[in-house]
Amino acid sequence: MSVSAVIFYILSFFILVTGLLAVTSRKIFRSAIWLLFSLTGIAGLYFWLQMEFIAAVQIVVYVGGIVVLIIFSIFLTQQSGKDLPAPVRVRSIFSVLAVCTGFVLTCLLVRGYAFGQAGHVAGGGAGPDASVGNIGAQLLSTSEHGYVLPFEVISILLLAAMIGCIVIAIKTKPENK
Amino acid sequence: MSQVPLSHVLFLSTALFFIGMYGLFTRRNMITMLMSVELILNSVNINFIAFNKYLYPEKLEGVFFTLFIIAIAAAEAAVAIAIIINLYRNFHSIDVEDADEMKF
Repeated sequence: MSVSAVIFYILSFFILVTGLLAVTSRKIFRSAIWLLFSLTGIAGLYFWLQMEFIAAVQIVVYVGGIVVLIIFSIFLTQQSGKDLPAPVRVRSIFSVLAVCTGFVLTCLLVRGYAFGQAGHVAGGGAGPDASVGNIGAQLLSTSEHGYVLPFEVISILLLAAMIGCIVIAIKTKPENK
Repeated sequence: MSQVPLSHVLFLSTALFFIGMYGLFTRRNMITMLMSVELILNSVNINFIAFNKYLYPEKLEGVFFTLFIIAIAAAEAAVAIAIIINLYRNFHSIDVEDADEMKF
């Protein structure tokens, strides 16, 4: 087993353990911190796959944006020192059953499917393709495989989300109530 | 990278997806459910990047889908947190069992 494979298995172990702690921890603030570790591990996985731009975006948006937003909202709405109530026993038993069934089923399907037998897997010549220049050029090109229309739609979506957040979370005046 | 088969990356993303599902089933607090949704979206992103890298290394489609998913996840998290804060203002709780009344 080479160093690269060892790095992959360590990274995946780290991602899964911290993800599991993020969904099972009883303190909500610790849960958010475990989620942060898990997302950082996924960024490491993108580095391992040589997708540096996606890894940078993952760190900037998820770790720097979404987790910080979640921590802010925890501080706004919760007493973060208190334990969360334990899940109902019946519900957690059936959740474990459903999740294990789905996992085993999907793994059997993945194992039974022959990926890339046509010789794609070797794929060494991917060096300059995922560079930031190529990504930017194709993202904004208007030719056949360009992505300029989804890009603009996403910008409209972000604007709508921003205005929607302000409208939803705005404080109404007390005399209206 | 070439020593690890694609199926192992897919096993990792499947496991992460079902960890997120478990959190979504058992948690009743809205913020922790939102965290589970983020885990699920990340497992999908891993799938896109892995397929792009292993099967079609000369194309960039998986990268774009991942970028758009990340942007939509950011917008979704922001709107969800605005709704959670508004709900907390009305019900003084963000447990989904307590939010049983539709009210603006």
